[in-house]
Amino acid sequence: MTSQHSTVTHPNDPLPMIREKALWMRRRAFRMVYEARLGHPGGDFSAIDTLATLYFGVLRYDPAQPAWEGRDRFIMSKGHATGALYTALAAAGYFPEDWLNSYMQPESMLNGHPNRNYLPGVETNTGPLGHGVPVATGIAIAGQVTGAGYRTYVLTGDGELQEGSNWESAMTAGHRKLRNLTLIVDRNRLQQGAETEATNGLDPLDDKFRAFGWHVEMVDGHDHAALLDVLGAPVGAREKPLCVIANTVKGKGVSFMENQASWHHGIPNTEQFNIAMEELV
Amino acid sequence: MADPAPKPAATFDCRNAFVQTLEELAAADPRIVAVVNDSVGSSKLGGFQKAFPDRLINVGIAEQTMVGVGAGLANGGRIPFVSGASCFLTGRALEQIKADVAYSNYNVKLVGQSSGIAYGELGPTHHSIEDLAWLRVLNNLTLIVPSDPWETSEAVRWAAAHEGPVFIRVSRMPVPELSRPNREFRVGKAETLRTGGHVAIIACGTTVHLALAAAEALAGEGIEARVLNMATINPLDEEAVLAAAKTGAIVTVEEASVRGGLGGAVAELTSRNQPVPIEMVGFPGFVPTGSVEWLFDHFGLSASGIAAAARRALSRKA
Ligand SMILES: Cc1ncc(C[n+]2csc(CCOP(=O)(O)OP(=O)(O)O)c2C)c(N)n1
Ligand SMILES: [Mg+2]
Repeated sequence: MTSQHSTVTHPNDPLPMIREKALWMRRRAFRMVYEARLGHPGGDFSAIDTLATLYFGVLRYDPAQPAWEGRDRFIMSKGHATGALYTALAAAGYFPEDWLNSYMQPESMLNGHPNRNYLPGVETNTGPLGHGVPVATGIAIAGQVTGAGYRTYVLTGDGELQEGSNWESAMTAGHRKLRNLTLIVDRNRLQQGAETEATNGLDPLDDKFRAFGWHVEMVDGHDHAALLDVLGAPVGAREKPLCVIANTVKGKGVSFMENQASWHHGIPNTEQFNIAMEELV
Repeated sequence: MADPAPKPAATFDCRNAFVQTLEELAAADPRIVAVVNDSVGSSKLGGFQKAFPDRLINVGIAEQTMVGVGAGLANGGRIPFVSGASCFLTGRALEQIKADVAYSNYNVKLVGQSSGIAYGELGPTHHSIEDLAWLRVLNNLTLIVPSDPWETSEAVRWAAAHEGPVFIRVSRMPVPELSRPNREFRVGKAETLRTGGHVAIIACGTTVHLALAAAEALAGEGIEARVLNMATINPLDEEAVLAAAKTGAIVTVEEASVRGGLGGAVAELTSRNQPVPIEMVGFPGFVPTGSVEWLFDHFGLSASGIAAAARRALSRKA
């Protein structure tokens, strides 16, 4: 059964739109965190360029038909970055922008971690780290079994990769040659309390994924053109899942937040909020 | 004329009592180590890390490994305090807790931080309201839910001295220090904080002070409510529960799901031995978005909510 749908069409040159949306997302997400006095702005800002590139240059979806079976899937495995995810979904048209005002408020659809039963466009509930890659692997296996043409994208944090579940499913995906599966690692080199390499080091991360049967690309995770190149490229003859290691900066775009572990869940005061708004132009 | 508004009691974050006691014990006993999952800050273990850098093992975001490593450390003669957010510690690593700690009967101390719905707006993934249900059925594992800083500190001291698996459920939610008839911490024994024969309120953790406030309000209506602090959920003080059942009406109160936790334990025991109407105050399951204060109020974890539950229980009395 095919439902009625009209897939979003990305412009021939989506870069200006991606740039505009990424800027709007940063400003809007920061306002959400400022007003709710809660959130994870550091991880929002390292991921926003990836999300803007996906939603405005890569993914095939119809916000009016969120359950359209042919849609590309995106899973935000680092579910704490709801500032990035919710602004992306609102900008993509899944729900009205003014829903963002209710972020974290009593009985809001916009919980601190995404809930698919509340919000269209959320594929699976995340928040505990290490759940997105197994679920994405299952979605990709379903696509392989049914011959559906959709692609599955999943974004994890880098600290998140310390969870063993990621590696179990990475083995499965490599073993099954899930060519329609793409894992993007937000490689900002920081986790909650410290640097990943000082806590439980991941390097050489690319070699690890290659050894698990993945094709690996490294990219500047804030360079929209470079992201568009690797994420938007057709699968072609590749017979392996794709791992994109996006080298990013936690807190990217706001001088005092960049590379600071304390901004993992830091909350801006009014002065900081105003400085950020001046810088995010 | 109305009384002047009572001065709000000072409140405490029990994590501070946990770390102060642990640091003190660790200074005296080199076998004590802490094991964490990128949770140094949220467990308030920064001071411990500074004082004992070699005795703080941060495995990264890897709870299953954290608990398994705890069992291994116990095998190697250490006394590990494995500390992380209760939701991930108990949810993610449940099989490690079951097989490596409880079943293998290793001398591991599990410390579930920011338990209950302390993470409010962060939602059900971050709430730990199922932990009492899925931990209390494990043999060998002593399950303690302290109600205030004093009891938290006593529980940590007891756990360090006790040979065997222990789980201590710590809250980040500010609670007042309870005034108690006598300060004697006894694992496996209910503490009677108020006597009364019309109805018994059995509470644990962050809700004990609310139960006391409810009893105070009920007294104004001529209802004498007994209040028990059931800090140990496993092993349960069966004698105290059956004695409570003799009042003819029980209310259980916990910052946890009403399915399977303290209420479940009390119901299991009384239904077999001394059937009695029970009202359970707690959360029904996954809760909507909301702050801690909003959720407590919304689901009746308040003096008025508990008093109302007591009236319901009384109305069902045979
Ligand atoms: C299973 C689990 N353990 C612990 C946490 C608490 N936690 C939330 S975010 C975070 C750090 C994540 O670091 P990373 O994956 O690098 O994300 P980013 O830097 O992109 O924010 C931690 C430890 C969690 N959400 N889930
Ligand atoms: Mg990171």
